[in-house]
Amino acid sequence: MLIKNAPDIRSSEITPKSIYLRRREFIQASAAALVGAGFGSLTGDALAQARTKLAGIKKGSPFNTTEKVNPFEHVASYNNFYEFGTGKDEPAVNARNFKTTPWTIEVEGLVAKPAKYALEDFIKPSVLEERIYRMRCVEAWSMVIPWVGIPLADVIKRVQPNGKAQFVEFLSLHDVGRMPFQRTDVLEWPYREGLRLDEANHPLTILAVGVFDEILPPQNGAPIRLVVPWKYGFKGGKSIVKMRFVERQPVNTWQKMAPQEYGFYANVNPQVDHPRWSQARERRLPEAANRTPTLMFNGYGDQVASLYTGLDLRKNY
Amino acid sequence: MKPIVVLKAVAFAAALLPAAALVYGYYTNDLTANPGDYITDQTGTWTLAMLVISLTVTPLRRITKWNELIKLRRMLGLFAFFYGTLHMLTWAWLFNLFDPTLMVEDVTKRPFITVGMATFLILLSLAVTSNRAAIRKLGRKWQTLHRLVYLAAIGGVVHFWWLVKADISEPQRWAVAVSVLLGFRVWWAWRTRPLPRS
Repeated sequence: MLIKNAPDIRSSEITPKSIYLRRREFIQASAAALVGAGFGSLTGDALAQARTKLAGIKKGSPFNTTEKVNPFEHVASYNNFYEFGTGKDEPAVNARNFKTTPWTIEVEGLVAKPAKYALEDFIKPSVLEERIYRMRCVEAWSMVIPWVGIPLADVIKRVQPNGKAQFVEFLSLHDVGRMPFQRTDVLEWPYREGLRLDEANHPLTILAVGVFDEILPPQNGAPIRLVVPWKYGFKGGKSIVKMRFVERQPVNTWQKMAPQEYGFYANVNPQVDHPRWSQARERRLPEAANRTPTLMFNGYGDQVASLYTGLDLRKNY
Repeated sequence: MKPIVVLKAVAFAAALLPAAALVYGYYTNDLTANPGDYITDQTGTWTLAMLVISLTVTPLRRITKWNELIKLRRMLGLFAFFYGTLHMLTWAWLFNLFDPTLMVEDVTKRPFITVGMATFLILLSLAVTSNRAAIRKLGRKWQTLHRLVYLAAIGGVVHFWWLVKADISEPQRWAVAVSVLLGFRVWWAWRTRPLPRS
C-alpha cells in the first residue's frame, strides 16, 4: 500500500498568526469591500446580526417627528451600553450573542398586582406602536430613531400602583456571565433609572422592544428598554428586568456616579450646561459639527413643560 | 544608506498613517456614526502618542547607546505638534464653529479645555523654536525652554483624564507611560550626578 505520511505542517505555516489574530478585522474589511461605498467596516458587526421583523405595528403616531431618520447602521453601531464596553462601537460586537429569551420582568413595590411576567405576556395586552423620536444624548449628539414599543402608561394601568407610589425605578439586568463588562466597576451594577409617576404615565414615554420594525438589536437594549424622548439618552434604561414602584425619589446610576454632572430629571435643557461642555447645540449625526440648536425638552416642550411648572430646572437638572 | 536614515524615513511614513486613515475614512464614509467625536478622539490620541514616542528617544538612546537616534526627536516632536494642531482646529471648528466668544468661554469655563489649550501653546512654542536658527539664537536657554515638553506630556494626560465620563482606564495607561518616561530621566540624572569630591 502506498500511504504517505502527510508532511508535518506547522499551524503557523498555514495562516500567519498575525493575520489569524486579526481575522475579525479581516472579515469586516472583506464585508466592507463587498458593500462598497456604504457604511464601512466599523459597522460590520452590527450588520452581521440576524434581524427579525415585528408584526402588527400601529403607525402614524401624532408624536412622530418628520425629521430625517438616521439609518439602521447608525442606530445599531453607535451605542452607550457600558455593560458591553465603554467604547461606542463595543456593544455591537460584545452583545452580539446576548441571549434574551426567556426574559422575565418583575413588577414590585407599591402596586396592587406585583408579579413576574414572561416578556411576551408583559407586552401582549398592548398594541405595538411606532414612535419616531429625537434622541438627544447628554454628550451633545443626537439621532432620530423609529422605535417600536408600548406606552408605559398601559403597563402602569394594569399593575395598579396604590396612592403612595410616587416614582418608578427601572433595574437593568445584572448578570456578569452575559454582560461581560459588569466584571469592571466602571459603573455600579445593575444600571438603575427612575421616573416620577407622572413622567412615567406621560403618553410620550414608551417601553421599546424594537427599532425599524424589527426586534431590538442587543446593543440597543434588547429585549426591552425605556425611551423618554424629552430627557437625555441615559435615562433610557436598557435590558430591563425589574420595575419597582416606590414612594421616594430613586437614585439613578449616573447621578450616583457623578451627582454634579448628572441629575435625576436629566431633562434636555440648552440653558443648563454640562460642567464639561455646552448643551446649547448638538451634533445631529452624522453631522460632524455642533450646528443644530438644542431645544428645550428636546423639542417636546408643548407636551411636557407643564409637568415641571414651579420646579427650578437649574437645580433639578 | 545609513540605518538611521532608513529608520527616519520609515518613522516619517508611519507617523503620517493616522492622518491618512482619517482622510481615507472621510472618503469611504467610515468615520463612525459620529465623525466629529471620532476625529477629535483620534487626533487627540495621536498627539499624546507622538509626545510619548518622542519622549522615548532619549531613554532608548541611553540604553542602546545608539546616539544617532537623537536625529528622530525633532521630527517626532513636530508630529505631536501636527496632530495637536489638527486636534485644536477640530475643537475650534466642529465644537465651536470658529466663534471666538464660544472658544473663549470654553477655555475659561472648562478646566480640561484650559489644560488642553495650555498644552497646545507649549507645543506651538516648541515647534516654532525647533529650527537651527532658533537653537543657535537661544543658546543655553533653548534646552530649558524645550524641557517644557515634560509639562506638555503631563498636560496631555490631565486633559484626557478630566474629559472622560467614567472609564479612566485609557488615560491611566497614558499616565503610566508618561510616569515611566519621566521617571527614567529622574533616575538617569541621579545616576549620573556629579559625585562630591572627597
